[in-house]
Amino acid sequence: MSASAKPIANTRSVTGIPTARLITWWVIASEIVIFGGLLAAYIMHRIGHPEWAEAASHTNTWAGAFNTLVLLTSSLCAVSAHKAADAMDGPRAAKLLRLTALGGLLFLTIKGFEWTKDIHEGFVISSGGFWSFYYVLAGLHGLHVLAGMIIMLIVASDAAKNQELQRVECIGLYWHFVDIVWIFLFPLLYIAR
Amino acid sequence: MTTESHVHHPNYVKIWAILVLLLAVSVLGSMSHVREVVLIAAFGIAIVKAYLVAKNFMHINVEKRWVPYLLVVCLLFIFILFAGVSPDVMKQSGLHWSKNPTNVEAQSAPNAPVKHE
Repeated sequence: MSASAKPIANTRSVTGIPTARLITWWVIASEIVIFGGLLAAYIMHRIGHPEWAEAASHTNTWAGAFNTLVLLTSSLCAVSAHKAADAMDGPRAAKLLRLTALGGLLFLTIKGFEWTKDIHEGFVISSGGFWSFYYVLAGLHGLHVLAGMIIMLIVASDAAKNQELQRVECIGLYWHFVDIVWIFLFPLLYIAR
Repeated sequence: MTTESHVHHPNYVKIWAILVLLLAVSVLGSMSHVREVVLIAAFGIAIVKAYLVAKNFMHINVEKRWVPYLLVVCLLFIFILFAGVSPDVMKQSGLHWSKNPTNVEAQSAPNAPVKHE
């Protein structure tokens, strides 16, 4: 495929940054409003309802902390993949991206065990205000992790052939944002009681 | 195809180690019985961790200036939302309003005769 036949996102940079990265930043900006709105709603309700502390005490801090470690480590893999892509080492970037996706899978698996335990104990989405926020916030975040994993595996398959390496940085930016969202969800849902 | 690198790659493992250390501090701090210590350990450290990820992993500090401005504007909208809505959620009553309708009636007509049913 010749460079001229490439999509405009890969070739154009009238704003001073490549359009693909520009689009990623816009996605992140819109995600800030989505997650920020939800987090703001949770914080104001949490402050207005001190009795939610009892419900919050049922969340497992250690599981949340381990998931934070998993996401931080997967972010390290994602940024290392970006470094490899900058060095034009597509196969290494692909390997690191797959490792990042594996981190996402581990995160979702732990979340799955955690939710199963919560549901068995009778804490479902309709159990109260805290649990509604807990499932919506963690669930929406989990969906973002899943979407990131799928896109990452697609990007990795191209990167392995040394193709479309600019996408490695873009998916990395998205992944780091998902990591930052969890960095705030962890204290809000697992520590503040 | 790749774009020319626009970033200097620091020692990422070192940054990751700092992030893990901060995570450990926040978990240990959460075990404290002093409310202020828990809040600082939880949210103060979360802000520092988010800054480290944004600066070192997302390289936001070397991005075009308007990118961080764009993100800050989005954050500002969230603060406006919070400032506008939070009093209604967090407070039970305010100037000329109350969540309890009977209180509103009592405030608006303090000398009105009390109904006895």
